Amino acid sequence: MEKKKTSKVVKYNKWGYIFLAPFFIAYIIFSFIPLVTTIYNSFFENYRSGLKQIGPTFIGIKNYVSLLGAPEIWKYLGNTLIMWIGGFIPQILVALLLAYWFSDPSLRLKGQRFFKTAIYMPNLIMASAFAMLFFAITSDSGPINQILISLNIISQPYKFMEHIGSARALVAFMNFLMWFGNTTLLLLAGMLGIDSALYEAAEVDGATASQIFFNITLPILKPILIYVMVTSLIGGLQMYDVPQILTNGRGNPMATTTTVIMNLNQYLTSKNFGMGGALSVFMFFVTAVLSLFVFRFNSRKEEG
Amino acid sequence: MESTANRNHGMSVGARRVLAYVVLIFFTIVCLIWFYILIINSTRSHAEMTKGFTVIPSTHFMDNWQNLVNGTLPIARGFINSLIVSFGSAILCVYFSAMTAYAIHTYRFKGRDAIAAFILAVMMIPGQVTALGFIQLIGKMKLDDTLIPLILPAIASPVTYFYMRQYMQSNLPMSLVEAARIDGSGEFRTYNTIMFPLIKPALTVQLIFAFVGSWNNYFTPALILHTDVKKTLPVLIAQLRGADYLRFDMGQIYIMIAASIFPVVIIYLLLSKFIVGEMTSGAVKG
Repeated sequence: MEKKKTSKVVKYNKWGYIFLAPFFIAYIIFSFIPLVTTIYNSFFENYRSGLKQIGPTFIGIKNYVSLLGAPEIWKYLGNTLIMWIGGFIPQILVALLLAYWFSDPSLRLKGQRFFKTAIYMPNLIMASAFAMLFFAITSDSGPINQILISLNIISQPYKFMEHIGSARALVAFMNFLMWFGNTTLLLLAGMLGIDSALYEAAEVDGATASQIFFNITLPILKPILIYVMVTSLIGGLQMYDVPQILTNGRGNPMATTTTVIMNLNQYLTSKNFGMGGALSVFMFFVTAVLSLFVFRFNSRKEEG
Repeated sequence: MESTANRNHGMSVGARRVLAYVVLIFFTIVCLIWFYILIINSTRSHAEMTKGFTVIPSTHFMDNWQNLVNGTLPIARGFINSLIVSFGSAILCVYFSAMTAYAIHTYRFKGRDAIAAFILAVMMIPGQVTALGFIQLIGKMKLDDTLIPLILPAIASPVTYFYMRQYMQSNLPMSLVEAARIDGSGEFRTYNTIMFPLIKPALTVQLIFAFVGSWNNYFTPALILHTDVKKTLPVLIAQLRGADYLRFDMGQIYIMIAASIFPVVIIYLLLSKFIVGEMTSGAVKG
């Protein structure tokens, strides 16, 4: 009887493979094979020059040499990081502040649901439509210029997309807008998990709100803050929709808002599969290294 | 500089509360004002908009909509295409992600831990880095310029799997599965009729996230779809941006943006209780 039972459990466990099959079939076809062929492509010269097709010819690591040896990729990586940092710093600061207020029991803030709903909403909005909206709003005859002119602050329309600072700031601001609510809710989840006895003890000892924040909340939140930062950086490196739509893919002014993925898109649409492959593999490794941090965070959480 | 009294006792609770409300209201306005401008301007005609911005809506909402629908961009088809892709991929995503999570959660087979670690490891790999191989493969499969390559890959969604598994760990006792077996329920039946109702809250939230993610997706559809009548809304918006917008009717641009984002806004406002609740409770616990 005992023996029969164990064999039955083993028989049930075969179902694990059956239930996993759809995931793995879809993953292998739509992610793994494309990854392998992307890497394969990166070792070939394969592009169009006018109507003429060049290659595919095996050229070893020459694509990587010309990709990483040219200044463009570093410029685009720099653009991406500048616009990411410009959005991330206000994002994490505002999120920390708001999450702290939401979680502070002594404040007893009313209407929390309303505020949370409002600040999280931009995260779910179609980034390309949102970028198109910002493009229309900041255009020469758009509402912002109309309001500034009618208030006599400026006499000529300010051309947001023709100055490096304002074009990058616009992208960074949109990134901030789309992500600070999300980060607030993530940090709030972490703060609500902190044992309230710690706060009570600190209050009994006469600690001020800012002392409690810097000496209790922040150190306990450190793992989550690192998690938020690394996942945001991984997401930031994939920045595409907003600058692509805002600048119509050109990265104006003078390719100072061109991101790495916009560059990848240029290679893909012009069918330069050799260089596109090399760029993809480069981004794959950058993301993989960063993901190791997240992976460690997640597996620690699994154990806990 | 803070006074000595302030340093000892900090700001009073009342003052901090007022400050918190002021800052919260400020950021709420920062988040919502764009939607307000969008609504106002989609009710105004191009001629009205060139005269300056007003805070009150006008009467041209339906005119703008008619002009857009009868214009050169197949917006109605784009809407339907977006709905097909988003519903299709969201349903496949949650059904099969839950199935994958159930497999790891319920069964103790050889290689289980390695497979779980593998899915966790590939979770952060962005779709963009495999896009090159993906479009080549889609070309070879003769699926270029169809909606299928935007729907089927959703079967393998590591992030959704991750949340499903977390939810099952705290909400799906193994004893239930065992009880079903004793009652003679087959494994597929147990999954479909017993397990599914139990994880409904997680399914709802993940269905919304999957739908929204697919609805907003722009990078891959832009590479796959080439014919106007097959394009989804984000691709059509990019096309609108690519056209010489100055010659374009601004009323149509605003109403198209509004049409693209309002389905998601409405879903969100109806279900914000679940979504915001899920974000603050389940997502990340330190």
